[in-house]
Amino acid sequence: MTTTADIEIENYTINFGPQHPAAHGVLRLVLEMDGEVIDRVDPHIGLLHRGTEKLIEYKSYLQAVPYFDRLDYVSPMNQEQAFAIAVERLLGIEPPPRAKYIRMLFCELTRILNHIMNIASYAMDVGAMTPFLWTFEEREKLMEFYDAVCGARMHAAYVRPGGVSLDMPAGLAERIMAWANKFPKIIDDMEGLLTENRIFKQRVVDIGRVTADEAIAWGFTGPNLRASGIAWDLRKAQPYDGYEDMDFDIAIGKNGDCYDRYLVRVEEMRQSIRIIKQCLEKMPSGPVRVNDRKIMSPPRAEMKSSMEALIHHFKLYTEGYKVPAGEVYAAVEAPKGEFGVYIVADGTNRPYRCRIRAPGFAHLQCMDFMLRGHMLPDVPAVLGSIDIVFGEVDR
Amino acid sequence: MASCNFTKKSAALARLIVSERNPMTPAQETLETLRELGSYVASAMPTAVLGTEAKGGELSVRVHRASIVKVLIFLRDDSNCQFSQLIDICGADYPDNDERFEIVYHLLSMKQNHRIRVKATTNEELPVPSACAVFPCANWFEREVWDMYGVFFSDHPDLRRILTDYGFDGHPLRKDFPLTGYVEMRYDEAQKRVIYEPVKLTQDFRNFDFLSPWEGLARPLPGDEKATGGKP
Repeated sequence: MTTTADIEIENYTINFGPQHPAAHGVLRLVLEMDGEVIDRVDPHIGLLHRGTEKLIEYKSYLQAVPYFDRLDYVSPMNQEQAFAIAVERLLGIEPPPRAKYIRMLFCELTRILNHIMNIASYAMDVGAMTPFLWTFEEREKLMEFYDAVCGARMHAAYVRPGGVSLDMPAGLAERIMAWANKFPKIIDDMEGLLTENRIFKQRVVDIGRVTADEAIAWGFTGPNLRASGIAWDLRKAQPYDGYEDMDFDIAIGKNGDCYDRYLVRVEEMRQSIRIIKQCLEKMPSGPVRVNDRKIMSPPRAEMKSSMEALIHHFKLYTEGYKVPAGEVYAAVEAPKGEFGVYIVADGTNRPYRCRIRAPGFAHLQCMDFMLRGHMLPDVPAVLGSIDIVFGEVDR
Repeated sequence: MASCNFTKKSAALARLIVSERNPMTPAQETLETLRELGSYVASAMPTAVLGTEAKGGELSVRVHRASIVKVLIFLRDDSNCQFSQLIDICGADYPDNDERFEIVYHLLSMKQNHRIRVKATTNEELPVPSACAVFPCANWFEREVWDMYGVFFSDHPDLRRILTDYGFDGHPLRKDFPLTGYVEMRYDEAQKRVIYEPVKLTQDFRNFDFLSPWEGLARPLPGDEKATGGKP
């Protein structure tokens, strides 16, 4: 006779992904299960690896910009900004004030773009459909702003070393302001559906808890770090572009669970609206590109009459500009966390080495310790809460 | 012609403004602090640290490969450093150097609001001690360096490839690895599976060398000596 004590239960493995709607792209998780409890998680990544870092080594500095849109394709401009700041620091130039404000404005719009995407699809992962439909309408409006300013809805190539590619069209500032006045109502509506929703809270409260010490040791940055109670924001601590002029608060969580990460993102959207309004109110006038013909091409009209302008344009779009030898690490507070670019320049028109530090890469490797002892349905809940996009994880 | 002059003048003006502004950046202000920190780190571990450099608002410390773990523990725990977070580990390939690979660690101190860059060199054979015991997040970063450069990390708990395909051969970020790679894959209708084939390029890969060959002649032209009076 066998008793339950004699039966040896072996762990079995489950393959989650790579084609799974809750995997937010192409993630393959090999889950070692003890019954319905997770024993070990082994994420297999790289299914979207395109060799961006290698490709950039073969492109001029200007040609490298569009690759940054394609990393975290939900928040393109923040990543362009990181690259632009890195190259500007190597060149020793500073963009004009208006360019800085436009960058800030659009990076905050991008932050909202990203958080909408994350929260709405996260809510859908744990069973709520409506927030997705409501907020994606707003996302569409934000993409129209993108479209107005650079002609593309997603892959902007707008923030460039030395400023931005074009000035904002007339009337856009008013449209953004009108939208920014209405948007908090949308956040309220969305929060009405989720924040106190019993089913939502049952799925996310106390799931995937990360203490402050763990968050630091595991390289958490951005909203995930702040949800664990650490008030660290690069926009405050190491301000870049014009964030030192902006008045905004850092939202932090207490428990470091999935629910806190959600709440931090919601509050960050409200703070972004504050920054957007300040940017629009204080927007200086003037040029949006650094006035150095050796780095940014002359205006189109000038090329019609000036031979020198035409030569500059030709040289910039074939050879590109040469960047003095040196190395630089520039980091920005991207919506997902610290996005860093480490460039080694060798004095030619191409980066010798361009390392991209993606926040999602560090976050995703914590799936193992965050999920141990949790149940299988908690996998999408934790995965969604750390805001993973595979474009930047796999590069 | 007038517009040409204007262009030149405004470009020069922009450069002037920039050179005036640069010393005002916070990075420049902290340069002195970084220098002090660099000499402090160097004096604390004279055998491990090979050199420090504070440039452009960033502090770089070159250390010996064997003592990387000791340096990282010091930087993390010392009360003047407190680099509590390992932001990134990456590699870089310099094929002309004796030890061709450079492993670059970026650390962040939230308390002091500093960053530091720690560098160690190695080659294809010499292992680098793993930082996983000091910073758990080093795990994937080191796996990536292993995958991309083939740098071996000793005492790493799980040194597997991470970004490249299952069964991939080679280390793609090495400078001697071609941009196009060696194999390409496609779905084969006859075999009903994905197959790998050597890369076939329908046109040559175009790699424009824009670095100007028109640098002028290095040697003096015949007749130059007349102008300089025989001196080169």
